[in-house]
Amino acid sequence: MNGSLALRTWAILWKDMLVELRTKQSFSAMVFFAALVLFLFGFAIGPDPATLSRLGGGLLWIAIAFTGMLSLGRTFQSEEVAGGLDGLRMYPGEIRAIYLGKLLANFVLLILLEIVLVPVAAVLLQLEPWGRFPLFVGITLLGTFGFSVIGTFYASLTQHLRARELMLPLLLFPALVPVFLGAVNATTLALAGDPLDRIGGWVRLLISFDVIFFVVCVWIYPLVLEE
Amino acid sequence: MTTTELPRFKRGRAPLLGLVTLIILVAGAMAGLLAVPADALQGEVQRLMYVHVPAAWLAMLAFFVVFVMSVLYLIQRDPRWDLIAVSSAEIGIVFTALTLVLGSLWGKPTWGVWWTWDPRLTTTAIMLMIYVGYLVVRSFAEDPEKRARWSAIIGIVGFVDVPIVYLSVLWWRTLHQPPSSPRSMAGEFVYVLLLNVAAFTFLYAYLMVRRYRLAVAERQLEELRLSREDRGGR
Repeated sequence: MNGSLALRTWAILWKDMLVELRTKQSFSAMVFFAALVLFLFGFAIGPDPATLSRLGGGLLWIAIAFTGMLSLGRTFQSEEVAGGLDGLRMYPGEIRAIYLGKLLANFVLLILLEIVLVPVAAVLLQLEPWGRFPLFVGITLLGTFGFSVIGTFYASLTQHLRARELMLPLLLFPALVPVFLGAVNATTLALAGDPLDRIGGWVRLLISFDVIFFVVCVWIYPLVLEE
Repeated sequence: MTTTELPRFKRGRAPLLGLVTLIILVAGAMAGLLAVPADALQGEVQRLMYVHVPAAWLAMLAFFVVFVMSVLYLIQRDPRWDLIAVSSAEIGIVFTALTLVLGSLWGKPTWGVWWTWDPRLTTTAIMLMIYVGYLVVRSFAEDPEKRARWSAIIGIVGFVDVPIVYLSVLWWRTLHQPPSSPRSMAGEFVYVLLLNVAAFTFLYAYLMVRRYRLAVAERQLEELRLSREDRGGR
């Protein structure tokens, strides 16, 4: 059973990645949107390098969150064509694989986005992520995973609602407050140095959030897709 | 979709409960305003505590009920649990907003600002947003069964989230005075506060009875509309 869950999850992840690879629609749009958000921050805050680099951690995560929000909405909408979701649901085995596959697809897509976005942000916002790079990467992975866990869950829940483009951020952003606070503070400390050694607390918060909501979301996901 | 028999409350109970609630509320207000002296440091404004703390307590109680009813609904699929949950969520939202407004009124003279990024204040505001999301989802879902199921899931996830939000904001900043607890207050203040907490608990029960009846009526009206559409439309 577990083997089949992993296999089904992998199949859905592979399918979504393949669709993305063939069309390249959302990824290129996401990259440009994220870069655009960074430019808007520059215009809003002004070109002072000290200010930009001090706010860099927060700006980076707002850009990731806004861009991620746009791609989350597409996750399940893409299955509406020709009854895609019904097809997925009819395959035998655990329905949770749909959630896990979509969650991993969102996670991978966001990581790919960040691989492009972080160097751009480093240049535009005068950030120095390279000093403590492994720590920076770890924080980014944890934050992105937490975002994907809740984001994929609520994207699936709001899929059939009227005004879902409005509902997804309305549900998602309040729920994400711990991830956002943890990721922004840990990233800022990783970028600017951490003389009081406070980064550990934020990393533990991110890990706790990721574990708790991963368990809760995986556990109750079958109720979301019930017909 | 199944048309479930939706129960009604017996007539006559609610006005009595309302009367008892009113008496305790008036007693609590008079005790808070007249029976106890003003705070030595903060002066008269500290009397806001006698409504601020009970309002916050009522909001927490209401959201806890939403959580329990959401779990019960998902297990038993009885529409009554859903209707209790939405009634409680609405009352909870009203009193969360009241808590924020009262806290703001209290904060201005004591802290010097209307708003501060204090953990409990911030968490309360985020909690308000989480449950507003719960209500808005309901208004955008047409099928009663799906609406109940989806909002129950949000009721559970949101309730799990609130303590984590609190913890995260607590690490972020702190300025709020320690929670008003029996240990931090003299005896007579405690009794007056407890009286007001009791009054607000009665108020919650009374509002719940009223709101639940309304929810049942709304739901029955909806069933009627849906069955008419089924007959007339196709």
